[in-house]
Amino acid sequence: MSTAPVVVQPVPRGTLAGRVGKRMVDWVPALVVLVVVLVVWQESIEIFHIKKFLAPQPTAIASTFWADRHELLSAGWFTFQEALGGFVIGCGFALLCALVLARWRGLGRALMPYMIAASAVPIIAFAPIMNAWFNPFSKGSKMAIAAVLCFFPVLVNSLRGLTSVRPESVELMRSYGAGELETFRRVRIPTALPFIFTSLKIATVLAMIGAIVGEYFGGAFTALGVLINSRSTTFQFKEAWAGIGVACAFGIAFYLAVALVERLALRGVASTGD
Amino acid sequence: MSVVDIKGLTKRFDGGTVALEGIDLSIEEREFISLIGPSGCGKSTLLRIIGDLIQPTKGTVQVNGKSAAQARADRDYGIVFQDAVLYDWRTVSRNISLPLELARWSRHRRAERVKEMLDLVELIGFERHYPWQLSGGMQQRVSIARALSFDPALLLMDEPFGALDEMTRERLNLELLRIWEASASTMVFVTHSIAEAVFLSTRVVVMSPRPGRISTVIPIDLPHPRTAAIREDPRFFDLVTRVREALHLGIDVDRQLAAPSREATS
Repeated sequence: MSTAPVVVQPVPRGTLAGRVGKRMVDWVPALVVLVVVLVVWQESIEIFHIKKFLAPQPTAIASTFWADRHELLSAGWFTFQEALGGFVIGCGFALLCALVLARWRGLGRALMPYMIAASAVPIIAFAPIMNAWFNPFSKGSKMAIAAVLCFFPVLVNSLRGLTSVRPESVELMRSYGAGELETFRRVRIPTALPFIFTSLKIATVLAMIGAIVGEYFGGAFTALGVLINSRSTTFQFKEAWAGIGVACAFGIAFYLAVALVERLALRGVASTGD
Repeated sequence: MSVVDIKGLTKRFDGGTVALEGIDLSIEEREFISLIGPSGCGKSTLLRIIGDLIQPTKGTVQVNGKSAAQARADRDYGIVFQDAVLYDWRTVSRNISLPLELARWSRHRRAERVKEMLDLVELIGFERHYPWQLSGGMQQRVSIARALSFDPALLLMDEPFGALDEMTRERLNLELLRIWEASASTMVFVTHSIAEAVFLSTRVVVMSPRPGRISTVIPIDLPHPRTAAIREDPRFFDLVTRVREALHLGIDVDRQLAAPSREATS
């Protein structure tokens, strides 16, 4: 019989630039929406005579950002470090737990109800306690909050990924004389990777939120959450909005960085659409 | 010495269902055995017990004079399921080499063997493709190549062509015969198709359901190597008829046995 690749789709291989170019085109509608929202925001404040100190115009926020950029960016960087630390601790611990619970399912059945219950604890209530346990001016207390927030979604998704392997895949590994460890390494973990990355992307955003919420209950004056909080309580809304913008920018950059790692790690996998 | 020696095998599942009862079967080296029977006759269960993927309730399974567990540890089994069960994140080449990696073959030997296997299943040129880029028939050929890559003494196949269209199936039947003749493997092949069983096998084991047992073993004396022309041979039709009659006998007996109890419960 013929071995000509007639029925086969070619391997989609484009240059990185080519793929990014395609992405740019994909982003055009989103950019249009952004521009429209900004213009409407800008103009409606003028037209409807909204008090500018309550709802500052985008241009005013931008110029405030530019004037305070050093302070804002260094505060953002400070908070981002807290978020990153919490992300690493929370996700790392969650992945470890997922591996253990996937290996010993009985343990999972015993512990899962408590993990679910723990995830229902409102983080707002939890933040002051973390500040009390750890030094509120240290990064550690905020990392703890961010870590708690990251933990649960990563645990649940990873566990589902690790246990959603087809029984035949495991049977095959057994027939190759592979042990439990090899089966995890070669089948369970690769199967779980798309699940894990989805949860890591969620966790990036949660880590930023955790760090900022923690800072609302006290933190170093160089932290973004403290800055946003103090500016808005003193009616400096332009400055507060600029701070929020910086928080968003760091959060988005964090998300995109993990999405990039995902793209590189899952090169061969067919459906990683996001 | 038999490659597979099954004595007094019974399998009762946890719910109390008797999947297999009183199975005795001996398979010689280089035989091609088909297990055929209606759904629920326990043919897949029997295959899994031979492969040490399920434990029997009673009876013994010896493979090359060893226990099934020892044979599995010694990598005596190549298994092919109805779905190809390829690892999506591995290319065709790396799927085939997975068992070799687990057996700690050197990179060089692995590469050589993968090439031989690709040649055997006629997939040269598809080394770097991912499974989802292949048709169903091609995926199943990769699965067969992977099962054969480490020269297992026994190839266990559970309806490997069941999900394929008739044309692809007949072509892969021929390929499988060619592969079997080229390798030194003994085959145990589960199927629903009478024609497929007769065409491929040296012996057809006909099974009947509730509880699963062997009703007849029919030797297939068609000459080797077999070609597509054999499908039109009168002898082929005779054997197909024999297998069909044996199958219906098993099912009719099952019906008669089931009938009184059905009346009793209604």
